[in-house]
Amino acid sequence: MSYQKSYEEINEKIRKGEAVVVTAEEVIDIVEEKGYAQAAREIDVVTTGTFGPMCSSGAFINFGHANPRIKMKKVWLNGVEAYTGMAAVDAYLGAGQLPESDPENKVYPGRFTYGGGHVIQDLVAGKEVRLEAIAYGTDCYPNRALETIITLDDVNEAFMFNPRNAYQNYNCAVNLGDRPLYTYMGILRPKLGNAAYSTSGQLSPLLNDPHYKTIGIGTRIFLGGGIGYVSWNGTQHHPNVLRGENGVPKTPAGTLSVIGDLKQMDPNWLVGLSYVGYGATMAIGIGIPIPILDEEILHYTAVKDEDIFCPIVDFFEGYPYKKDIDLGFANFKELKSGKITINGKQVVTTPQSSYPRARKIAATLKEWITAGKFEISQPVQMLPGADSNIDFKSIPDRHPANGIIFNSRMGGNKYEK
Amino acid sequence: MKNRIVLYFSATQSEQPIIYQLVKEYDLVVNILKANINPQKEGLMVMELTGEKDNYDSGIEYLSSLGIACEPLSETVMWNEALCIQCGACASFCPTEALAMERESMEVSFDNSKCVVCGMCLECCPTRAITLHFDIKEAV
Ligand code: SF4
Ligand code: SF4
Repeated sequence: MSYQKSYEEINEKIRKGEAVVVTAEEVIDIVEEKGYAQAAREIDVVTTGTFGPMCSSGAFINFGHANPRIKMKKVWLNGVEAYTGMAAVDAYLGAGQLPESDPENKVYPGRFTYGGGHVIQDLVAGKEVRLEAIAYGTDCYPNRALETIITLDDVNEAFMFNPRNAYQNYNCAVNLGDRPLYTYMGILRPKLGNAAYSTSGQLSPLLNDPHYKTIGIGTRIFLGGGIGYVSWNGTQHHPNVLRGENGVPKTPAGTLSVIGDLKQMDPNWLVGLSYVGYGATMAIGIGIPIPILDEEILHYTAVKDEDIFCPIVDFFEGYPYKKDIDLGFANFKELKSGKITINGKQVVTTPQSSYPRARKIAATLKEWITAGKFEISQPVQMLPGADSNIDFKSIPDRHPANGIIFNSRMGGNKYEK
Repeated sequence: MKNRIVLYFSATQSEQPIIYQLVKEYDLVVNILKANINPQKEGLMVMELTGEKDNYDSGIEYLSSLGIACEPLSETVMWNEALCIQCGACASFCPTEALAMERESMEVSFDNSKCVVCGMCLECCPTRAITLHFDIKEAV
């Protein structure tokens, strides 16, 4: 049995300021120099980081009550609607939400200069934001409309709660068509004009813990410059996919749902983004510490860019129409070099996530842990792993059998006479 | 031909129906990109003129005859480092390496002297850290 450490032993060292913490980049050289057995004894925690667009993000806000009280039916922040189909003054503002006045793609490609992600960034930056709400009025909540200016300090709770972040691996997007494409992977130039990729490769959280041996529900993390937690597996968590010998998935796989107090976050690590022709979203900084409980876990954290592969996917027909077009795989070392080869052609690579920022997150987390400000946490429950049997589902195309009536918005006109 | 020009004019000149004249008398298509007129009615206007070469030249002559200074527009690209998140997308689109990524640090930097103002980077930057500026003198 090889050397083992417990969460508590590592935390004891963190509290004493004795923990040895290195980033997921630094660990590669250390392992090469000292070997796995020795390095596993010495290193207590490896820190990871990623900073890139994560559309499935947003924040819950409780505004507190107005006088007279209001049960919000609709609410807007700087003209961007938040969902308020919950209790009176609770709302959820999604990163991808656009103002109703946004021209969208009517003049193609649209600019999408401001959306929910930008509002969240403005709030976190301490800026004043316009709050508007309407209501139908009840005996207990008579107010029918309000309009005011607020800052983040004025609201009761504001916590980020993101259904899907930190995707474990992602497709490399190309365009086999003959016109430019404006996608969530950025601009894709026609005829294999460029190849867009995301994730921070060897620094990325779930690529350093491919089997979710330490990252699980309850894991304390760096989130948007503050402290957050893994709250669940993310949506579309699909761990049972093709994996390399090193355990690293070769396609998009695991995801995380995360939560954290917006009031202690930092606008440098939550940045509203505008993707021309696609929409508004936000970049989120996430860093996850990986405790080196044993040598096996160290093996995973020493993964290198050249050993991480992602599938090359056509976004002209392949992705939008779910067509199988085999373009092979690219590894992150090639992707980061600026050029990859597809079908014998040299293609320029376009990054989506920021490697320098991912580095900085891993370094910041290292600093926090070394200084004893951040302890690691043992998950209260592990995430579904590679041996699970999760079906990756799609929306079924069905219509009701004769005579059965469902409530609907469009009156079921698409199918029924 | 098509050209972008900046007109600088004084209060009396700003009362002339110059746009009307350019369109009607010189058969030019006028697209105003920017206009900045102060309360004293002095100011500048950035416009794109499109038309036959002869008409274009006579149109410019007409403006000069009114004492309006016309200069070709020079545009520059500005990179706001504070907004930049160092994703590197722009560097993959820039044809001249004015925006370039240093591969070791993966950091992007901007060298204005290499920029040919092709505009490729403006669309692709998700933080709108890159903007186009018209190089304009203080209004006379
Ligand atoms: S305008 Fe063109 S040349 Fe200038 S920085 Fe942008 S992409 Fe490069
Ligand atoms: S695309 Fe924009 S945010 Fe990204 S590196 Fe270039 S200037 Fe910075």
